[in-house]
Amino acid sequence: MATTVPEHFQGNVDHHAHSDHDHKPAFFARWFMSTNHKDIGTMYLIFAIFAGIIGGAFSGMMRVELAEPGIQYLDIFARWFGATNPDFNSTLHVWNVLITAHGLIMVFFMVMPAMIGGFGNWFVPLMIGAPDMAFPRMNNISFWLTVAGFISLLCSAFVPGGTGLGAGTGWTVYAPLSTSGSPGPAVDFGIFALHLAGAGSIMGAINFITTIFNMRAPGMTMHKMPLFVWSVLVTAFLLLLSLPVLAAAITMLLTDRNFGTTFFDPSGGGDPVLYQHLFWFFGHPEVYIMILPGFGIISQIVSTFSKKPVFGYLGMAYAMVAIGVVGFIVWAHHMYATGMSVNTKMYFTAATMVIAVPTGIKIFSWIATMWGGSVEFKSPMVWAIGFIFLFTVGGVTGVVLANGGVDDVLHDTYYVVAHFHYVLSLGAVTALFAGFYYWFPKMSGRMHSEFLAHVHFWIFFIGVNMIFFPMHFLGLQGMPRRYPDYAEAYQHWNHVATIGYMVMATSLVVWLINMIYAYTAGRKAEDSYWGEGATTLEWTLSSPPPYHQFETLPVIEEAAHH
Amino acid sequence: MILGKTVLTLGESAKAVGRYFVAAMAFSSSLAITSAMAAPAAEAVPAAGYTPMKPTPGIGMPVEGGIGLQQQYSKLGEYGEWIHDGVLMPIITVITLFVLLLIIIIAVRYNRRANPVASKTSHNTILEVVWTLVPVLILIGIAVPSIDLIAKQYKPAPKGALTIKVTGNQWFWTYGYPDNGDFEVVSNMLNLPGQPTINNGVREVGSKPWDGPSHLEVDNRMVVPVGEPIRLQITAADVIHSFAVPSLWFKLDAVPGRINEKVLLVEKPGVYYGQCSELCGAKHGYMPIAVEALPRAQYDAWVLTHAGGVIDGQKPAAVAASPAAPAAVATEAASEAPAADATAAATAE
Repeated sequence: MATTVPEHFQGNVDHHAHSDHDHKPAFFARWFMSTNHKDIGTMYLIFAIFAGIIGGAFSGMMRVELAEPGIQYLDIFARWFGATNPDFNSTLHVWNVLITAHGLIMVFFMVMPAMIGGFGNWFVPLMIGAPDMAFPRMNNISFWLTVAGFISLLCSAFVPGGTGLGAGTGWTVYAPLSTSGSPGPAVDFGIFALHLAGAGSIMGAINFITTIFNMRAPGMTMHKMPLFVWSVLVTAFLLLLSLPVLAAAITMLLTDRNFGTTFFDPSGGGDPVLYQHLFWFFGHPEVYIMILPGFGIISQIVSTFSKKPVFGYLGMAYAMVAIGVVGFIVWAHHMYATGMSVNTKMYFTAATMVIAVPTGIKIFSWIATMWGGSVEFKSPMVWAIGFIFLFTVGGVTGVVLANGGVDDVLHDTYYVVAHFHYVLSLGAVTALFAGFYYWFPKMSGRMHSEFLAHVHFWIFFIGVNMIFFPMHFLGLQGMPRRYPDYAEAYQHWNHVATIGYMVMATSLVVWLINMIYAYTAGRKAEDSYWGEGATTLEWTLSSPPPYHQFETLPVIEEAAHH
Repeated sequence: MILGKTVLTLGESAKAVGRYFVAAMAFSSSLAITSAMAAPAAEAVPAAGYTPMKPTPGIGMPVEGGIGLQQQYSKLGEYGEWIHDGVLMPIITVITLFVLLLIIIIAVRYNRRANPVASKTSHNTILEVVWTLVPVLILIGIAVPSIDLIAKQYKPAPKGALTIKVTGNQWFWTYGYPDNGDFEVVSNMLNLPGQPTINNGVREVGSKPWDGPSHLEVDNRMVVPVGEPIRLQITAADVIHSFAVPSLWFKLDAVPGRINEKVLLVEKPGVYYGQCSELCGAKHGYMPIAVEALPRAQYDAWVLTHAGGVIDGQKPAAVAASPAAPAAVATEAASEAPAADATAAATAE
């Protein structure tokens, strides 16, 4: 068909194919039996926001308890969860439930659903010029399994878990605290939640791999795919290879708990450290699962608003592949204090530091993409630049923690909490907001307020730095993680962090106001509202895109290059 | 709405800052008094008895508003502190500031107004090679002292070193002294004034003149001789705990069914505080560690205050032969000890 799109787009799209796009199913069929990747993506995003609010509220409950030494609020929280007259142990148990739930919710039910389920579902098919995902019905069950997992996790908070109600094992669910240390059904509910969410994620991973390998538009070779698609592809492989190991580990926990096996019980010849090896063989790739799609989002945004192709495209793509591969052979740096042999510790120190190299390539390539560009500081770009800086801070503290000898003093302190929140809470979440502002008008058809988006960014940026930067100080001073109470010397920086939380929470109010603004007063979004810098295929479609897109496949020309 | 929240926040923070200054002033005045008294108090103890040592504020414990590592009182700690403060911190600070500087330059020079037409450069092989190789070199620079530090950590205790057996329990520590008659010290955190009772039958913190900070002080400390290598054998009775003392650069998990072994060498008499560092259940936050390092004579006097406490320069053969622990799984660290020794020696050369 005729090529009517501007030349800078990657492909030529047949607009006439969209004329019959409004055959949407009725409400129940559309949202509960959905096979449409965009609807499922929307549901994932709404679910992630919902879960994020709950997980974020839990962190608020933790920060208010940590505002000063002593136990002030846990007793009240225990009553919220349904305890009548909690004794001191079950009051303290609530703390462990909060840290466990916060971690599990943010990892499995906020970041992963938003990054992969939300943006991945929405934009991988659009970016590769596919009409939908390869297995639309499996896509549907992936989503609903995630929801079922979340419900199972919430249920666990209301049933006995040892010293109190709920699972208080930490998100790592270490044995024997999670086996002999936590009688009652709460931990079983938590494990079941992970099984369900894990099964959903594995199916999602299969779906993405198949879609990306088989459903690219004619002419879109692997080396022409947008970097976001590359990032989701690498992520999907990490999910596919690591989640079964988690499933095995937590199944062994279940049988240790309920059927008398002793995989992790030394009295029957088992070993608690075996669980940690299995968990972190999953757990370390998991942290890249959470951040790699963010890398992809940032690459798209930086290129769009610099009006330049991504610098070192191949280096960027294969840096992600390298991070994914090396991510599988560094897991025991989470276990330096378990008493491993000297050679093991040296190996994991060296291997872990290697990851800094591809990560550095990514940081410098983003900067080189902006260098020489004509940079427009629209809201997604401001969030993306915030990401680059915050991720750098989180990355360099990772290099500190990589050293097994230095980890002897920092392991399980607030330094670690600061590090992983800089790469996740400030890295992954910042990338999520960047992607949200980048694509929200494309998904909804309405423009948000750029002013409010900038206000949101600055308040958020100040707030999260106030929360997490002082945690480096607390960690260096020796404050351990997962403590509801602390010596008075730690009060100052804890108090600053709690104030920072309130600042950060304020920024989320701005975000909500912005959403209300967009849906009530926001102007209609054009097809390619960010202008000439946006060159991927989703910008050739209307905003929001037709219910079924690319019924005639776009053709990627040889000349059109990123 | 936003303004209202911020004002509320500022009001709270002003209160907190006020409290902080009061605490800091009280703290610094107590520092002046106690630092003068601490050392003589420890030395004045007659050889026959034992009075717990009064800790020196700010030593072996966190300091109010502190932003760096706790001051170190072991050789390993001094080396580790140098790697952190002298190698890692400067490197990561420079890298972070370098990235920040580049971002600022981009914001100034390459914004849409200053640079209306974007360049189309998307490759520069030399640049890409440089930013791959330079980080590699930096990492090698970090790895050399870092690997050396690990090798030193694994140096096994010399023959005849005092062995202390540390056991983590929900939620207290026990310290066994197999070389001194195999008595056991049970160590509970002191209760906190104004809070529910944490450990029944244990007094409140601050009720004795030698009590250290709340949340860190215990009823019975782990007393060790100063200046000599001590073999700590660490295990747990129920779930995983972690024995950690930041000012001694020491952290090793207490794992049920395993014995983890590591050398502790305290350079200066004093009280060094730490806390359990692996989530172990409800009162995870309430099982601190207090290590009191005393000169050998006073250590011996302390040993004699325990029923069955024996002072004997020579280890009884029976004790040396049988590891007094649930030896279900031999620790990797212990079984690898000869290899570690060889590595350490090789690195030293």
